[in-house]
Amino acid sequence: MANLQTSVNGIPFKNPIIAASGTFGFGEEYHQLFDVSCLGGISSKGLTLKPKDGNLGIRVYETPSGMMNSVGLQNPGIEAFIEHYIPVMRQWDTVLIANMGGHSMDDYVTGASMLSEADIDMLELNISCPNVKSGGMAFGIKAEVAAEVVAAVRKVCHKPLIVKLSPNAENIVEMAKACEGAGADSLSLINTFQAMAIDIHRRKPIFNNVYAGLSGAAIRPIALRMVHSVAKAVKIPVIGLGGITSAEDALAFMMAGASAVQIGTVNFTTPDAGKIIVEELNTLCEQEHIESIQDIVGIL
Amino acid sequence: MAVKYFQSTVLSNIQITDDIFVMTVLRHGASASAGQFFMLKCWDQELTLMRPISVFQATEEHLLFMYRIVGQGTRKLAMLQEGDPISLLGGLGNGYPLEELHGRIAVLGGGVGIPPLSLTARMLQAQGCTVDAYLGYRDQLFALDAFEPYCADIFVSSEQGPEGYRGFITDLLKPELYDAVLTCGPEVMMRKVAQLCAAQQVTCWCSMEHRMACGIGACLGCSIPTSEGMKRVCKDGPIFLSTHLFQEA
Repeated sequence: MANLQTSVNGIPFKNPIIAASGTFGFGEEYHQLFDVSCLGGISSKGLTLKPKDGNLGIRVYETPSGMMNSVGLQNPGIEAFIEHYIPVMRQWDTVLIANMGGHSMDDYVTGASMLSEADIDMLELNISCPNVKSGGMAFGIKAEVAAEVVAAVRKVCHKPLIVKLSPNAENIVEMAKACEGAGADSLSLINTFQAMAIDIHRRKPIFNNVYAGLSGAAIRPIALRMVHSVAKAVKIPVIGLGGITSAEDALAFMMAGASAVQIGTVNFTTPDAGKIIVEELNTLCEQEHIESIQDIVGIL
Repeated sequence: MAVKYFQSTVLSNIQITDDIFVMTVLRHGASASAGQFFMLKCWDQELTLMRPISVFQATEEHLLFMYRIVGQGTRKLAMLQEGDPISLLGGLGNGYPLEELHGRIAVLGGGVGIPPLSLTARMLQAQGCTVDAYLGYRDQLFALDAFEPYCADIFVSSEQGPEGYRGFITDLLKPELYDAVLTCGPEVMMRKVAQLCAAQQVTCWCSMEHRMACGIGACLGCSIPTSEGMKRVCKDGPIFLSTHLFQEA
């Protein structure tokens, strides 16, 4: 058995595989298919202060080697999460990360202070959702705007604070440094790329919001490059994601500088992908003579 | 019943019209009730999403799916041959509320909404209901023989073809004859059925179709607005009361 243990901001992970926000709900549905305690962590569905219905029309759409989504942060709200879903997620032996988006500085601060008091292990601040107007990604484009929201949340957040970055940022390295400077404990990247699809027969965009977020294997090489660039530029830990579909991919992201990785879209392609990737990562490390997975973090 | 993700084997995959196929696979103990569906895939990484297909018929050992080629996923499914592997996730969704259905029931399907009503008719007949089928086709007829053993009357329409009533199947429906109407097919058709049933105060259940990603209720990729709030077609549905879906119904 290879040692797959890793840690981010002093939080121990039994292995570096984390279910990415928005692809795994609060874990219950997938727990029917496999014991989700085998995962290093689970990042919750993106939460907002108030419950949200999300977007109308088509929300998911297959694209070459990937998919687009425009769910629009449908979620039960932070209160319901704390009351109903944290107890469910706490049944499992895995790191509980609450992912939170927002529409205004006030929303972010109020939400973060509520979650900070709740029984979570880490808070992942989503400044990068491309599917919500006037929120989410608006904070993830300009480094100085992001720094402002991170600094405000930092003041009220007593849990390790992960900031999830958008590849749509003007300059992802500058963005990463700005978030680090504003008090982020770690960074996760990347969220989806803003993208578009058109139904040529109806002569209309596929998505009601016109643009939607692109994920899956198609974005992996760009995600890897961004993780590598950011990991070189900051001192805080980086969690890598973007089209990871196998143990090999996970290892590549870790060699590029990620202390842990998240898997998202692959959960749809293969519903028990989390379990399989953890098992295969163990085998792969043995084959590659990696005794402890932490030894290969950032070797490139 | 538990949802299960499993590898199975194709026993047959037969073309029955220009673009409709029936595939039989090994069931491996998976649950499958009337109106439920499975997510299917026969690819590793070439495509990203599994494809939702309703259960056409089921035996103790087998699951049958009748599907139309509509895109790259169903095109790949159509190329499968006897002995090929296939991955399944299911049975998914709520299914028709069989325990609430008694007496005389109409099942009304349009296009590829027809096949899932075959298993539904069989299960209704098995619990003592009298079932009439209303089957609306565009041109070529299919699956008629999958209704004959389970239905008292079968009404057929085609918009362009030579057989049956020429027009829409909804023209033939008299909801007042029934204790409930179950419908599956194009939304415009189900909306019409809902209106007809509402006018006669007959309960109507609709089977919704939607693009989906996870199939199990986690990703919220198939949520639709209903009078009861946002609902996931894959988990809260695909069967909904017509009055929850259509304002005017």
